[in-house]
Amino acid sequence: MASTRDIVRRIKSVRNTAQITKAMQMVAASKMRRAQQAALAGRPYVALMNEVLGSVVFRAGDFTHPLMEKRGGPKRCLILVSTDRGLCGALNSNLFREAARFEPVSTVFVAAGRKAAQYIARTRRKLAAEFTYKDAPLFGEARAISRFACQMFLDGEVDRVDVLSTSFVSTLVQKPQVRPFLPIGEIKPVAAGLPEAESELMRGATEFLFEPNVEMVLGALLPHSLNFQLYHILLEAKASEQSARMVAMKNASDNASQLIKDLTLDYNKMRQSNITRELLEIASAQMGMG
Amino acid sequence: MVLTFKLEIVTPDAKAYSEDVDMVTLPGVEGEMGIYPGHVPLLTELVPGEITVRKDGRDYFIAVGEGFVEITADRIAVMTDMALRAENIDEAKAEEARKRAENRLAEHLDDEEAAIANAALAHSLAQLKVKRRQLPH
Repeated sequence: MASTRDIVRRIKSVRNTAQITKAMQMVAASKMRRAQQAALAGRPYVALMNEVLGSVVFRAGDFTHPLMEKRGGPKRCLILVSTDRGLCGALNSNLFREAARFEPVSTVFVAAGRKAAQYIARTRRKLAAEFTYKDAPLFGEARAISRFACQMFLDGEVDRVDVLSTSFVSTLVQKPQVRPFLPIGEIKPVAAGLPEAESELMRGATEFLFEPNVEMVLGALLPHSLNFQLYHILLEAKASEQSARMVAMKNASDNASQLIKDLTLDYNKMRQSNITRELLEIASAQMGMG
Repeated sequence: MVLTFKLEIVTPDAKAYSEDVDMVTLPGVEGEMGIYPGHVPLLTELVPGEITVRKDGRDYFIAVGEGFVEITADRIAVMTDMALRAENIDEAKAEEARKRAENRLAEHLDDEEAAIANAALAHSLAQLKVKRRQLPH
C-alpha cells in the first residue's frame, strides 16, 4: 500500500507533466490557427489550377509533354509527407498504415519530414531522398521536392509518382490521402467541372488558343502547377499536424487533471483514515492508562 | 444587350477578385490584351503589370504579378502570385520594396536569390505603375 508521501510525489509529477502538455497545447493552438489559415486560403488557387490544368490537358490535342507521358511500368515512387516531431496523436501511425500498402520492392520512397524518413529506414524500404520543411513551409522547399520527383520521372527511374500526405478536414479530423502526382495526364477537372468537360468532348472540343504557343505555355504551367500542388500539400500537412498536436495535448492535459483529482481524493481518504487511526490509538492508550 | 463575363483572380493567399465585368485589359507575355465577352478560348502567361477592368462604365486597376490566364467565352481565370487593387496599394511601401529589391540585385546573388529579388522588383514596379497612373485624375 502506497504511503501518503508516495501519493504526494505522484501528484507533483503528474502536475508537472500537465504543465508541459498545457504549454505545448497553447503553442500548437497558436501555430494551428496560422497553419489552418494558410492551408484554407490556398484552396481556391489549387482548385482553379487543377480545373484549368484538367481542361488544358484535355484540349491540348496531340501535344504531349514529357511530364504527361503515361508509361504504365511497375516502378513507382511515393512521396511520403509526415511530421518532423511526434506527440501529435495517431497522425503518423495512420499515415504509415497507408504507406505500408505500397509494394516495398517496386516502390522507392521520398521522405518529407523526419518521421517519414525514420519509418522508411525502420521498415527497410528504399529511400531515394529526404527533405525537410519548416513550420511555415516555403515555396522553395516544395519546389525542391517536386523537382526531384520530376527528375526521377523524366530519367525513367520511376514510371509514376504519388504523394501520400495528411489532408486537413477539420481541427478534429485529418485523413491520410494518396494523390497521383505524375504523370500529369491523370489530373481530372475537379468534380463540379467534369460533366461540362465531357459535354464539350461530345460537341467536338472548341478551338483553344495558346499564346505564344502550346509548348511555351504548358512548359511553364505544368512545372509550376506541380510545384504549387506540392506546396499546398505541405501546407495542409502542417495544418493537420498542428491540429492533431493541439488535440492530443489537450487530451493529455485533461487526463492529467482527472488523474490529479483522483489522486488527491485517494490522498485525502488516506490522510483521513490515518488521523482516525491515530485518534483511536490515543483514545485506547488513554483508556488503558485510566 | 450588355454582355458581361466573370473575372476571377486568385492568388495563393486568397481569392482576390470575383465579379462580373464588361471588359478586361491584361498584360500577357505577348503584350497587352484587351478581352471582351465571347473571346476565343485562350491560355497564356501573365507578366507583372496592371489589369484594367471595365465595369459599369468605370475603369478599375489591379496590380498583378506573374501567373497564368485562362480565357473562355464566359470567364477569365487569372492565377497569379500577387493581386492588389489600386486603392489598397501603399505607394511608400512599394517604393521602399523597389529600392530594397534593386539593392539586393546589385549584390552577388545565386540564381535562386536573383530570381526572388527580380520577382520582388517586378511586383513593386507593377504596384507603382498602377498607383501613379491614378494620380493625374
